[in-house]
Amino acid sequence: MESMSERSGGFSFDNVARNHVLEEKGMKMPKAAKTGTTIVGVVYKDGVVLGADTRATSETTVFEKYCEKIHYIAPNIYCCGAGTAADTEHTTAMIASKLELHRLDTGRQSRVTTCLTMLKRHLFQYQGHVSAALVLGGVDLHGPHLYTVYPHGSTDALPFVTMGSGSLAAMAVFESKYKDDMTLEEGKQIVYEAISAGIYNDMGSGGNVNLCVITKDKTEMLKGYAKENMRPWRKSTPYTFPKTEVLTSKIDKPRTDISVVVESEKMEVSAS
Amino acid sequence: MMDFGTPVLEPGSANGTKQVPQFNPYQDNGGTVASIAGDDYVIVAADTRFTLGYSIPTRKISRVLKINDKVMLGTAGMQADTCALHKVISTRMRMYEHDNNKRMTFNAVSQMLSTVLYYKRFFPYYTFNIVAGLDDKGEGWVCGYDAIGSFEQRKIVCNGAGTKLMQPVFDNQVDWAQSWDGAGKPNLSLEQATDLMKDAFTSAAEREITVGDTLQIYKITKDGIQLEEFELKKD
Repeated sequence: MESMSERSGGFSFDNVARNHVLEEKGMKMPKAAKTGTTIVGVVYKDGVVLGADTRATSETTVFEKYCEKIHYIAPNIYCCGAGTAADTEHTTAMIASKLELHRLDTGRQSRVTTCLTMLKRHLFQYQGHVSAALVLGGVDLHGPHLYTVYPHGSTDALPFVTMGSGSLAAMAVFESKYKDDMTLEEGKQIVYEAISAGIYNDMGSGGNVNLCVITKDKTEMLKGYAKENMRPWRKSTPYTFPKTEVLTSKIDKPRTDISVVVESEKMEVSAS
Repeated sequence: MMDFGTPVLEPGSANGTKQVPQFNPYQDNGGTVASIAGDDYVIVAADTRFTLGYSIPTRKISRVLKINDKVMLGTAGMQADTCALHKVISTRMRMYEHDNNKRMTFNAVSQMLSTVLYYKRFFPYYTFNIVAGLDDKGEGWVCGYDAIGSFEQRKIVCNGAGTKLMQPVFDNQVDWAQSWDGAGKPNLSLEQATDLMKDAFTSAAEREITVGDTLQIYKITKDGIQLEEFELKKD
């Protein structure tokens, strides 16, 4: 087995061969949480609006009702993630970290294309095994940018994009209602409608609508832009539960006649 | 899901060992059915969401068949098989009435469904059923089935997609299953049972994506059958 110190970077593939043999013998591998998602983005007059639903699922079970799928990359760049939850979170966090270091080094604002190139190189390197389908949006010195990144590393640059299991429902809204140079309100409204289409017509998506508006001067996260789908009803009478009768009870008090004395050495603080 | 597709040799496969299924006659259309029986009533509840993969082709489908004014049948699973089964059961029920010149009792219906399901033991109806009704004395009962006709008569049963979430709650609240002597076990009224049913489905809709849209609650009493519709989440 390769030791930690010898490895120069990247993931550990120590158990891949072993797992392959076990899988052939019939072992079931653990299921990862998937964000069967609706994520979208649109370019409007002054910037970019990103949108996401808030449901994370594992098969047909809801893992998380109000999760955040719009990830921070840089103050002027955000990224929506669909696919395996761990992959979208870690991939975006890794790129965010690298860009932060890059900014400290150069003293300049991060560019969206830099981020795009880093993402697609990472995803292509892992040949689609890192299942992150992303909507990347931001504003830099060249103006607003909006991209989709597929798990195998291919990318698109478009004025309106959708991703995830609800992408068809959301794209239907964009295809019927998108126009060039929309105002902020029009941009937020079309993204809200697109995400709602995913929430109600795709079972992998649900919960609230989260929005993120990026302009030249500031970025605004609007969590719970539409607070829909709260629990509609609750039984008014309280629940009562079966109680097991206590037959005997005996309480052992902790012993108090033991004392522990620790002799500590004074820590060495000066390097000699 | 069971797969009865005929295996064929894939053309060009090395040494002809790789087999692939040609056709899968089954599909899962979701759905949950549940029933709580009391001393003089029984309620049957079913959600109306019809699913196919991650899509919802329709939000309003009935999964419940009225056998007569004392017995009902609820079916989850595949909708085409549900329709086929309900048609067979309706026909058999009518034949019984003509042959014997009387209505089918709860026990007769529950036994007949078992027979009808087991008749297709090796190409089953992909359905999960409950039969709920009042017996000869007017007491409420419910039978739960697997896809090939094994069944058990109980006071509380649920079947289908939301079972894993709802059955433990019902076991605790209706059967008092965690109490070793059953002391303090409640005798739920029709209203209490209805509220518990609504709460169970509301909770299931929060965490199971195939449960939602509308809940149909049929209340069977000596006065007949009454339907209440209750809205669930639509996302």
